Amino acid sequence: MSFEPVLTARWGLEDSASIDVYLKTGGYEGLRKALSMEQDAVIEEVASSGLRGRGGAGFPTGQKWKFVDKSLNKPTYVVANLDESEPGTFNNRELIERDPHQFIEGLLVSAYAIKSHHTFIYCRGEFLWPALHLERAIEEARARGFVGKGVAGSDYDIEMTLHRGAGAYICGEETALLESLEGKRGQPRLRPPFPVTEGLYDCPTAINNVETLSNVPHIMVRGADWYKSLGTEKSPGPKMYSLSGKVEKPGNYEAEMGITARELIEGFGGGVLDGKKLKAWTPGGTSTPMLTAEHIDTPMDFDGVMAAGSMLGTGAMIILDERDCIVESTWRMLEFYARESCGKCTTCREGNWWTTRILRRIEDGYGSEEDIDLLNGIAGAQLFKGFCALVDGATSPSLSSIKYFRDEYQAHVKQKGCPMKPAVRRRDPQEVAP
Amino acid sequence: MTVFSPDLREKAEAIKAKYPDPRSAMLPLLYVAQSVEGYVSRDGMQEIADILDVKTTQVEAVATFYTMFHMQPTGEHVIAVCTNLSCMLRGAYEIYDAAKEALGEGAEHMTADGKFTLHEEECLGACDAAPLVQVDAANHDRVSKERMLEIIEQLRKGEVPTPSRGEAPRDWKHAAQINAGLGDGA
Repeated sequence: MSFEPVLTARWGLEDSASIDVYLKTGGYEGLRKALSMEQDAVIEEVASSGLRGRGGAGFPTGQKWKFVDKSLNKPTYVVANLDESEPGTFNNRELIERDPHQFIEGLLVSAYAIKSHHTFIYCRGEFLWPALHLERAIEEARARGFVGKGVAGSDYDIEMTLHRGAGAYICGEETALLESLEGKRGQPRLRPPFPVTEGLYDCPTAINNVETLSNVPHIMVRGADWYKSLGTEKSPGPKMYSLSGKVEKPGNYEAEMGITARELIEGFGGGVLDGKKLKAWTPGGTSTPMLTAEHIDTPMDFDGVMAAGSMLGTGAMIILDERDCIVESTWRMLEFYARESCGKCTTCREGNWWTTRILRRIEDGYGSEEDIDLLNGIAGAQLFKGFCALVDGATSPSLSSIKYFRDEYQAHVKQKGCPMKPAVRRRDPQEVAP
Repeated sequence: MTVFSPDLREKAEAIKAKYPDPRSAMLPLLYVAQSVEGYVSRDGMQEIADILDVKTTQVEAVATFYTMFHMQPTGEHVIAVCTNLSCMLRGAYEIYDAAKEALGEGAEHMTADGKFTLHEEECLGACDAAPLVQVDAANHDRVSKERMLEIIEQLRKGEVPTPSRGEAPRDWKHAAQINAGLGDGA
């Protein structure tokens, strides 16, 4: 059975982002349908579709909406997470660029479902044009009566505010995002209480990823049973996969959950760049443990990737070929976590930085055999010892790379430098030694 | 100096009104300040503290947390080269080095002519376009060394290089204006 694109169905159309094209192709029908239903019935439909959050954790979306406490006599909020910053991840941006109304509609349905009258979109500041483009789409939707007072001819009001971040990976973490949206430093909060009871302005809040919300209009129109017919039993529906690094055709590709990494890399991606051999790849961004060529038949759904010893994350596949150095790549991944640590937890703030120094000295030829175990030791001491998952994600590159490529680390030690780049400039040991 | 003109004060009030709690206007107002000066100065922070009725240190704590707020004067154009994994694998460091050499001494702070600030950037969410370069937060996909040098030349001549998708702001201050939620109009 061939798969018909759902989330990307309009991408090939001229002016795919305009509201006219959206309305001509069934747009805002899901919202009308939702508005004709009881709110709990909307949540029930999404829950029974089995939709799981696409931001990385895979939490069931309907369940999250059920958990939003509507009995507190406080406003409720929906916050869309458009802070897409996990290295290798870029599907939210393209979903917004090419079909912003699909996302806006999903956001409106979620607001109605949890009885919210004010939604926020937290967009990373580096998405300058995508955000401007989205802002215009929201105004278009407002002009046509889908945002604001009495949406889609109903008596239900939904306000929508686009809010820009300003450069901080941590703000993709939901409680840090809320802090940032409240005008503070983006540092995570202790949980519980969870946002569904005490979120934005201490009010019950549902935080959903852009890809997740983009699925919602389709579930409303075509029903939970149709949705469940796509993908796997425990990971239903379509998924966006982002391929980058050493593939012939990097890009976003939509497929059913459970498609194999081989079909994605060799099929959609056109194979490894220059016909080289696959060396390693991340299933869902750099915070998910890397896998190797041996894992190429892994089904790319939540459970399939878990069984292979990693995580689906955001479905962001960064591909490394035989020419790429594992130590250097791991160093670069850790540089990111060192720079992006919010500084709240010692394990993350100090651990990530020291890890970059050790990786750098191994790459530059000043490493020792003990350094390899030291890396494992630091990662082991960091794991699950932070407020948020950033520190856990930061342990993935070194733990997984040593697990699969210990010999390459050892070669760096033995040859006093990078075997892939023998001519690499060796730095002054004073500069690299901690 | 006065960073928030009477007109911007009025706009600041409109931004505050968009949120149930005015403090949420913090990031947008920092962008407003940056749209005037190209960076966030002490004067700017004091005025924001006044507008939001918080302490200046509270504004500073926020401003220094986010990398897109510059705490020192910037060049008219800010060039950011992503060097994260996907871009590194596609040669980003060579692009960065080429830009650094072309811009000369001090580019990582500000060039002597006040025209450029250059910095390395973390993942910009466009890895299919690696190596990615942002000029004033507008994306330039698959930038080669030659293209990088050409972009710099265009900027030197006062032209706005055409981004890969959408529109580009005139300069770094204009980008801050858009991020403040004030639109791209004059």
